[in-house]
Amino acid sequence: MSIEAAPVTDPPATRVITYRQALNETLRAELLHDENVFLIGEEIGVFEGSYKITAGLLTEFGPDRVVDAPIAEEGFVGAALGAAMIGMRPVVEIMTINFSLIAIDQIVNHAAKMRSMFGGQVAVPMVIRMPGGGGQQLAATHSQNLEVWFAHIPGLKVLAPSTPADAKALLTAAIRDDDPVIFIENLSLYSSKGEVPDGEQIAEIGKAAVVKEGTDLTIVSYSRGTTTALEVAHKLEAEGLSIEVVDLRSLRPLDRETICASVRKTGHAVVFEDDWLSYGIGAEISATIGEGVFDFLDAPVRRVAAAEVPLPYAKTLELAALPHAAELAKVVREVLNVAPLEK
Amino acid sequence: MAAKTRARTAEVQAFPGDTPADVLRGYYRSMSLIRNFELRSSEMYARAKIGGYCHLNLGEEATVVGLMAAINTGDYLFTGYRDHGYALMRDLEPGRVMAELFGKTTGVSGGRGGSMHMFDSQARLFGGYGIVGGQIPPATGVALAIKQKQASGPDSDAVMCLLGDGTTNIGAFHEALNLAGLWNLPIVYVIVNNRLGMGTTVEAASAEPDLYKRGASYRIPGIRVDGDDVLAVRDAAAAALERARTERQPVLLELMCYRLRGHSVVDPARYRSPEDTTIAQKSDPVPVFRAQLIAAGILDDAAADAIDAEIDAIVDAAVEFGDASPDPDPADLFAYVYATPVANAPSALPGDPVMEAL
Amino acid sequence: MPEVIMPRLSDTMEEGELSRWLKNVGDTIHKGDVLAEIETDKATMDLESFDDGILEQLLVPAGALVPIGQAVAVIGDGTHIVEADAPAAPAAEAPAAEAPAKIAPATKKAAEAPATPAAPEAVPAAAAPVAPKDLRTSPLARKIAKEHNIDIATLTGTGPQGRIARADVEARITELEAGTAAEPAAPAASVVAPAAPAAAVITPGADDEVVAISRIRKVTARRLTESQAVPHFFLTSVVDVERLVAFRAEVNVSLAALGQKVSINDLFVRAAAVTLRQHPEVNASWGGDAILRHPHVNVGIAVATDDGLLVPVIRDTDTKSLATIAGESVALAGKARTGSLGLADMTGGTFSISNLGMFGIDSFTAVLNPPEAAILAIGAATDVPVIRDGVLVAVPKVKITLTVDHRVLDGAVAAGFLRDLTKLLEEPLRIVI
Repeated sequence: MSIEAAPVTDPPATRVITYRQALNETLRAELLHDENVFLIGEEIGVFEGSYKITAGLLTEFGPDRVVDAPIAEEGFVGAALGAAMIGMRPVVEIMTINFSLIAIDQIVNHAAKMRSMFGGQVAVPMVIRMPGGGGQQLAATHSQNLEVWFAHIPGLKVLAPSTPADAKALLTAAIRDDDPVIFIENLSLYSSKGEVPDGEQIAEIGKAAVVKEGTDLTIVSYSRGTTTALEVAHKLEAEGLSIEVVDLRSLRPLDRETICASVRKTGHAVVFEDDWLSYGIGAEISATIGEGVFDFLDAPVRRVAAAEVPLPYAKTLELAALPHAAELAKVVREVLNVAPLEK
Repeated sequence: MAAKTRARTAEVQAFPGDTPADVLRGYYRSMSLIRNFELRSSEMYARAKIGGYCHLNLGEEATVVGLMAAINTGDYLFTGYRDHGYALMRDLEPGRVMAELFGKTTGVSGGRGGSMHMFDSQARLFGGYGIVGGQIPPATGVALAIKQKQASGPDSDAVMCLLGDGTTNIGAFHEALNLAGLWNLPIVYVIVNNRLGMGTTVEAASAEPDLYKRGASYRIPGIRVDGDDVLAVRDAAAAALERARTERQPVLLELMCYRLRGHSVVDPARYRSPEDTTIAQKSDPVPVFRAQLIAAGILDDAAADAIDAEIDAIVDAAVEFGDASPDPDPADLFAYVYATPVANAPSALPGDPVMEAL
Repeated sequence: MPEVIMPRLSDTMEEGELSRWLKNVGDTIHKGDVLAEIETDKATMDLESFDDGILEQLLVPAGALVPIGQAVAVIGDGTHIVEADAPAAPAAEAPAAEAPAKIAPATKKAAEAPATPAAPEAVPAAAAPVAPKDLRTSPLARKIAKEHNIDIATLTGTGPQGRIARADVEARITELEAGTAAEPAAPAASVVAPAAPAAAVITPGADDEVVAISRIRKVTARRLTESQAVPHFFLTSVVDVERLVAFRAEVNVSLAALGQKVSINDLFVRAAAVTLRQHPEVNASWGGDAILRHPHVNVGIAVATDDGLLVPVIRDTDTKSLATIAGESVALAGKARTGSLGLADMTGGTFSISNLGMFGIDSFTAVLNPPEAAILAIGAATDVPVIRDGVLVAVPKVKITLTVDHRVLDGAVAAGFLRDLTKLLEEPLRIVI
């Protein structure tokens, strides 16, 4: 992990906390750290957040710092943008990534453009947090992974942490960054646990991390996908396959170097992504690998992504449509041309 | 106030209130500047020195000058894409405004915005915006930040957000007005109602064509004013801004005016009836105001001509300045994409490899 | 100051045309860099540098015909650069008039081959860095092949859809390293074949029949060559098969009603599978940095076919009855001989058995079938005189020999397996229990 910790002699103490708790603590720490930071979103105050990320913060910081917004994504995302234009550091919560489409004009046509379009005269230090992901039987409109919509847009920075520690360090970095940062969370990660260092942790935006080293094949993933990738990699380890896992962490900018350096070593790559296959994150990764390390590829790059269908409600159909560990393991074996040792 | 039905007052001999004569002459000078600048812009567009879209304030000079006479220097101004006149009235150098139209480095937005995207952070001209309604939520957000940071009162800053009549039909308008009404924000929304959204009349686009009434749902008072009357505009805007500053009461102003020409420089406006065109021309605020000032003895023809000549020279100089200014260097293409530099930010030009092959 | 000489690049080549220089005087040269293209009587070949250094001088112009062994360029430390224009290209002489016959396909005799090279000679591996279009190769395989001057078209792919992958090229490199023949000897008037013919390509003699090889044989050749790099040892045991033969007869009597029949070999297969279950350490593979113990016992049976040796696999052999094994064995052998074995029939093996008993071979050693850790070679049953209860009797005995990958198994462990297998074969009832 490329976390720039304050130079101390002892490594910071760590605690095992959930991704949710890491986000909550980080928001609190940043509200304390900078009076220009304020939170805005639907149901983040009295209701304490649809997913309880902002629990306790209204009570502690009051309604000027924790602003309950009406159901008006275009309005309050745009309002946060305006506040950022004069030096505030709003942290917006969009209840789920699906609703970001209602605010897409403010994000894509405005937040992403302001600085460049006005010749560098204004900065937009804002963060838009939103969880994506399917798998909870939320049906077609509430289960999407739309990160590529944002990752496509110059002027935005797009982060997608996979661990509680990264959730903390990347959110801190995002809030202190002077550009609009889209902060992709995932419903199924909120209760995941991990070690999180105490104290201020600021990750470097734009850097991927090799979260597991290996020599035979590289799995590139991000957010929830990384946890699945690690699970598969460890399982395949027992079969004698040495899998490296690259956690993108930042979808824009994209750390092509780390991806290519890994594939150069392993000669094989599989992208594991929750979004839809065509034109997805994996398409960009594959193209990067093709261009960056073509001569080191020992097999075509494969992508394991969601089936291209509006996600149905029924559990069997939902399971069939979303990418899981089993499909990833299957594709890894196919790319390495090895048979599974177990039935 | 039903300004729509108010009689035109070209024959009025004296001006209401106590506006000093030099201030009135100054308004004329400002209107003349906008008029001259916009006509020259049209010419420069035809000469292909200006690209893209180019929307002019022709016919809206009284509205622009009246509003800008009311706004404080510390107030924030957001506009739509018909923004040249506002840039001039926020005291940006005409040469820098013309240079922006020419896409030059000396332009107010460094040549990166063009006609629709005039910006000056010092002058608190917080941008011309090209997406209809797109400016309204950010303007509202600035008001939110002002409320968070400043106490209400006459010294408080406020926000003025301009929009066109067509904009009142888009969701962003309603979402933002709801927020402003809900949170009591120091903002004045100004509908510049030139009666046409491109080619569509207000009546053909809005179920409630009395647009100033549209704030009612958000408990935002609406006021309709004759947009061709520079003093009426000024006074209404000043009163509205005052309420915003001191009471945190957002206000919706509707200014009735005429677009003298097409939607943009490339629009011959053939959809307009001859009668409509005639009314627009008769209402043209620049000659009307000039005649008023002459009739009131504040100006004579020679003095008015002298002002016009001075303005002509200023606009000549603006064109020269724009012409002489350097084009942006492609090497600076990525200069303003991000404020905080981060690792791996893209910098590839078309055809460049995405990275050095390992 | 190394000279670059016109190499010998084909069996019939006497001179080559330096058709194009690809490096200039002053260029830094690394070993393996292609300096020029050479047109031989058969093909355009790369002239690769065997040295590092600076290209100091070109001794012949492009287009020159140069006899084998003559210097064409000088590589040095850069202190003797001669920038002189290469002498003007002489009018290109007509290529050698004789157009020697290419190696004919199939079984055509190479009788028309020129008489010049009477003795087989080693030639360097051909440099053909670009794979033909119809070959599936991975970019990495191509890159490594090019770096090692390996003609990728001569490799057999083991990747998906027969793709030639890194492993295939590396296997060839291992072969080449095992036999240093790959390094072209400095061509001289008389060329002496280097030692280690493993990787050497032998040119056909005048009377040799050239038999084109099948894909199967290519694979067989490569895999067996690979396996020779594995450190291995042999253990032989003599099995008293008197009871086994009697048992088989009994079983076949009872199976006759069902129209089934088991062979001695089936008994060996079943016995090996049962013993492997008891010895999971033998049912294993070398995994590079770990030993892989396989959860399933899949015994492969070597089958000779017209095209070469095939090893179809009976899956989960230890869980199958003797009759099932017998049935599958017959079916697989049939498929092998008709060339209809699928990939699934031939992969996943964890142990192999090769039986040459039917040819009367007393005993032999089998070559490992990688990545399996062991293979069992079964000889013929031979009557051996034995004194039993004071009477000299003839007892049929079979010599079985286990070839063992020493990286996976040590002698004592393998011996334990072979001892238990022998015991089982001598108490055949246990084979089926």
